Amino acid sequence: MKILVCMKQVPQKDAPLKLNEGGTWIREDVSYEVNEPDAYALEEALRQKEKHGGEVVVITAGPARAQQVLREGLAKGADRAIHLDDNAFVGMDAMNISKAFVAAIKDDKFDLIFTGLQSDDYGYAQTGVIMAELLGWPHATIIMEIQKSDGGIKVKRELESGFFQHVGMPLPAVLTIQSGINKLRYATLLGIKQAKNKPLRKVTLDEVKSSLSDNMQKVEKLYIPQKSKKTEMLEGSPAEVAKKLVEKLRNEVRVI
Amino acid sequence: MELHSQLKAAVGELCRGFPDAYWRELDARRAYPSEFVETLTKAGYMATLIPEEYGGAGLGLTEAAIILEEIHRSGGNAAACHAQMYIMGTLLRHGSAEQKKQYLPKIASGELRLQAFAVSEPTTGSDTTKLKTLATRKGDRYVVKGQKIWISRAEHSDLMLLLARTTPVEQVKKRTEGLSTMLVDIRKSLGHGLTIHPIRTMVNHATTEVFFDDLEVPVENLVGEEGQGFRYLLDGLNAERILIASECIGDGRWFVDRACRYAKERVVFGRPIGQNQGVQFPLARAYANVEAASLMVAHAARLFDSHQPCGAQANMAKLLAADASWEAANAAIQTHGGFGFAEEYDVERKFRETRLYQVAPISTNLILAYLAEHVLGLPRSY
Ligand SMILES: Cc1cc2nc3c(=O)[nH]c(=O)nc-3n(C[C@H](O)[C@H](O)[C@H](O)COP(=O)(O)OP(=O)(O)OC[C@H]3O[C@@H](n4cnc5c(N)ncnc54)[C@H](O)[C@@H]3O)c2cc1C
Repeated sequence: MKILVCMKQVPQKDAPLKLNEGGTWIREDVSYEVNEPDAYALEEALRQKEKHGGEVVVITAGPARAQQVLREGLAKGADRAIHLDDNAFVGMDAMNISKAFVAAIKDDKFDLIFTGLQSDDYGYAQTGVIMAELLGWPHATIIMEIQKSDGGIKVKRELESGFFQHVGMPLPAVLTIQSGINKLRYATLLGIKQAKNKPLRKVTLDEVKSSLSDNMQKVEKLYIPQKSKKTEMLEGSPAEVAKKLVEKLRNEVRVI
Repeated sequence: MELHSQLKAAVGELCRGFPDAYWRELDARRAYPSEFVETLTKAGYMATLIPEEYGGAGLGLTEAAIILEEIHRSGGNAAACHAQMYIMGTLLRHGSAEQKKQYLPKIASGELRLQAFAVSEPTTGSDTTKLKTLATRKGDRYVVKGQKIWISRAEHSDLMLLLARTTPVEQVKKRTEGLSTMLVDIRKSLGHGLTIHPIRTMVNHATTEVFFDDLEVPVENLVGEEGQGFRYLLDGLNAERILIASECIGDGRWFVDRACRYAKERVVFGRPIGQNQGVQFPLARAYANVEAASLMVAHAARLFDSHQPCGAQANMAKLLAADASWEAANAAIQTHGGFGFAEEYDVERKFRETRLYQVAPISTNLILAYLAEHVLGLPRSY
């Protein structure tokens, strides 16, 4: 099986975030890490390869710093990497990122494309699904388990309230992987050393530009929730005050 | 450089699987971090310095230092296993071809643990050449009699490198002669002349007292030439000093980090305590000293890796880094006020742990005595 894993670099979970000047996104000077569900997607791809043979390719879009996630992927066992290398990818919506990925892999023939369920920064959960639509492939989301079957795969999806759904589908297909589906491996020292010699193809913005469109989605304003304190005195007889209080708790604070 | 950032990130990720609570819980029980050591070994990090032909990574001290620093930087403690990285150096440099073939691949895979080095003795201390443990040649074996103290990880090691006297001190011209290094197979020797007693200390360090009662060691376990052990000891020390210095740098950075975080959050007298110069200056100074020491550690490691003399730099690295981490520890516990003493903040644990490096593997005074004599040309003081 030939599997593509889309990996995104996101701000570290406990990194203190500061807004950029325009208030449209965060400042770049934070520590980054691999988007958590993507790490599980990579692990699952490596396990599938260990079981069925094939190739695992990791892909990311972003500035030079984003290459770190590809290096990590290669160190853990991916065979090669593709880096869509440009600052401009940072502000793109999921539609354009998907178009860029599809354009970048047009000469490859993958059996499966994995993404994480969603990214820990924007949280759109769209890239995998849009890629499937662009490619005309079937897709399934929130995957907990993948098994090869005759002519395709069987997957287990996580639904709400502890329910699961089993779906069969032909290949090629796109799956978005849930965190916790497997146990992550650590990069070995040997893996890190070998990663240096694995192929990493850089794709420029120009190479995929003709496939892109205007962003259909844009972050207008980002702000840190304002904490404010306001004291309101309820006046009247005890019965009236009680009535007003219940009303407020029910309609404004919505706790009862 | 890319390899270095890669290494740091990968070790950092591994360490996130062993958070503060893991170390805290082990510390309370004075228990060995088996799971951490096993994970690190499986991922190949303990074989950093072993050449590729013996199944290691064939990297340098610079890379080994990055690994150990990152472990300490993330709140852990590599003392439980760092010696597996460097004790094999004596075997690598002075062992026979057969010994290397026999042991190194197994040490690289972790199948054999060689992480106990028995030098210190209760009655002779820093005056190493006076050590009294005697290995007397009898046919094809040595018979070892004596006692060692502070022998760390002996209970978690398969092999122990032993420094013992093979020629009595009165029969040699110089006291540095007549000492030999040999491998003791701990598994085979326990109960046959070898006894190990754990020593409970203020740190979770798995250190022990070791007794040799006519323990027989096959002659083929001698490493290098008989009588040259002290020379072998010396040329292994630089690696040890540089690596332990890198752990101190990791500790120092951890202390500064934690203290700054706390100083920003803790509000007393209506403002964060970190707004007071009395709180921020010690942290700023500790930061500067850790950064300066880290340059000396990197410098010493570079010299070592390019096979240049580095005795002075390795000693200075250890001195400066141990001082910097201790200063940072002090600033951190002070910044935390009463909470610095609470186990759940981990500051008191790291504080105890980093204090060790003022004394072991060589005490600060002995480094100063070395620099005074060998670098500054002052009369020998000891
Ligand atoms: C937790 C722990 C783990 C250890 N692990 C190992 C191990 O694995 N293997 C091993 O072989 N050893 C080990 N050691 C021993 C360690 O290397 C020694 O403790 C250290 O070298 C100091 O020796 P000493 O304790 O005998 O102190 P001493 O030599 O008795 O010195 C005591 C004090 O006097 C000072 N002093 C002594 N002579 C002079 C002088 N001439 N001038 C100025 N000051 C002087 C010293 O600086 C020191 O502060 C360990 C020690 C500890 C505490």
